[in-house]
Amino acid sequence: MKTGYKKGKARQRRELAIRVGFFCVALASITTLTLIVVFLFMEGLPIFSKVSVQDFIFGKYWYPTDDPAEFGILALIIASLTVTAVASAISIPLGVMTALYLAEVCSARIREWVKPIVELLAALPSVVIGFFGMVVVAPFLQDIFGAATGLNLFNASLMLAFMSLPTICSISEDAIFSVSKELKEASLALGATHWETIWRVTVPASISGISTAVILGMSRAIGETMVVLMVAGGAAMIPGSLFDPVRPMPASIAAEMAEAPFRDDHYYALFATGIVLFLFTLIFNMVAENISHKYRQVGAATL
Amino acid sequence: MEESTISNDPLDSISSLSPEEVQEKAELVASKWPKLNRQRMIMQGVLFGLFKFSAAINAVALLIIVYFLVSRGWKAINWTFLTQPPIDSMTKGGILPCIVGTICLSLGSLLVAFPIGVASAVYLHEYARPGRLLRLIRLGINNLAGVPSIVFGLFGLAFFVVWLEFGVSILAGSLTLGAMTLPVIIGASEEALRAVPDTYREASLGLGATKWQTIYRVVLPSALPGILTGAILGISRAAGETAPIMFTAAVFYSPSMPSSIFDEIMALPYHIYVLATAGTEIETTRHLQYGTALVLIVLVLGLNLVAIIYRSYLRRRMG
Repeated sequence: MKTGYKKGKARQRRELAIRVGFFCVALASITTLTLIVVFLFMEGLPIFSKVSVQDFIFGKYWYPTDDPAEFGILALIIASLTVTAVASAISIPLGVMTALYLAEVCSARIREWVKPIVELLAALPSVVIGFFGMVVVAPFLQDIFGAATGLNLFNASLMLAFMSLPTICSISEDAIFSVSKELKEASLALGATHWETIWRVTVPASISGISTAVILGMSRAIGETMVVLMVAGGAAMIPGSLFDPVRPMPASIAAEMAEAPFRDDHYYALFATGIVLFLFTLIFNMVAENISHKYRQVGAATL
Repeated sequence: MEESTISNDPLDSISSLSPEEVQEKAELVASKWPKLNRQRMIMQGVLFGLFKFSAAINAVALLIIVYFLVSRGWKAINWTFLTQPPIDSMTKGGILPCIVGTICLSLGSLLVAFPIGVASAVYLHEYARPGRLLRLIRLGINNLAGVPSIVFGLFGLAFFVVWLEFGVSILAGSLTLGAMTLPVIIGASEEALRAVPDTYREASLGLGATKWQTIYRVVLPSALPGILTGAILGISRAAGETAPIMFTAAVFYSPSMPSSIFDEIMALPYHIYVLATAGTEIETTRHLQYGTALVLIVLVLGLNLVAIIYRSYLRRRMG
């Protein structure tokens, strides 16, 4: 009897140890995130002893290799924001409408075919999309619109739109698909058409999920590197038209880091640009998190 | 009566009307109804057509990209291309070192992310109780998933390459890519664990097994196929990424194959970027660029197709 009791004790201790072990491993993600923040700031903050935060963010001139060097990333920030905005203008309607088609309109058999297509689109490596934009879309844009260069804001936005489209589509599809059947049936029984039901019932009931999808899609677009590095044109100026070349933040970091001398002002400035970029995506993600947490779908109550 | 009254609320003032007037009004409503209905159905048809059109754009975009790469890339692909290193300052020859490099990096990242990711998922789904701590961990995972790839590159450079003194190496690149694929693996594993019915767990616990025995002998084996699907998706993600390895693992050109994990290497995505943007031979190496891109998408889309088909097979088997 006594040995059985002892055995049970040992078993319990082992169980506890295993549980604690799993807990520690589960902390890996948040530890990594913390390390990312720590090292970005460690390598980025020294630049602010040379340039004030205000001059860095609102400075219009980015001439990191000149003497004296100018570290103002306003043009880079504006480039990132415009590219993201134009890309969203394309990808949000397309993504949400595709999600509505998949979740509401098409038959189960078509759904089985179209969903993998969206997933494969999401899986395309960004460097391949950038390459496609360079060698196929850029000459095409030059011919059609007579743009001075095919590598410009519009081309980058178009490519980014197709990178964020799958994100927007699959997350909003999940949200739309999970709207309860009773709600839709009630609306149909009152004589509303299928479209009226979608517009007045399904979409309002899943709007928090759709907004989360949209924000995460935009976050993906602003942080995407290879596409803007290869396709955006690379001129660090504030764009005047859709067909001007631009230099978004990720492109600047990726293109210049190899040449920046180690722990030089330029190196620090690129890390500081990384901080700004990281903060942008962090804000996007926090907003998305908040929306999906606060306005969780609770069926009829959200209408 | 105006048309607006009809569409809004035809019964509004019905009690104040005489029977004849009610009759009259009902006929008016009835006469307008078919037209109104037709308008509603046309509206629906147009909009549904639009939805179908946007879904088609997805398919067309994928087809166009794949078509261009295949039609222009397949000529570059031959035995020499796949089995020889580049020669003549990368204007001729093959891409073997890049293929080897990409395989090393993606397997390396899986080695890092798979154990940690699966264990995190087990904790989150099997052990954790709802509360502030759980929310914090989830917040960490969600935000890690949203970190831009170039920021992972910067982090890898500052932490693995410089601070831990790994140098530009397979090790530093794999760890950076591992950190990036971690959320993918956690998400897929958690979904797989969620699909294991609670009755399995209850049966095992009811027989006197401990929680860990239940997880190890019952839950993980039933979730394994789903977890493996996630691993495949993680590998394909790591294989296609460029920005995280730019400063941590990849080089323009290396004359020899890597011999240890502290060697720097070539990789397919970085090779495409280098050939397409740097140097004076951009136009003359076009066919090599298309060929490399084709190899990369065959690898990445192939892995994804395997995962998709395997998953749909699993779903069908489950019911």
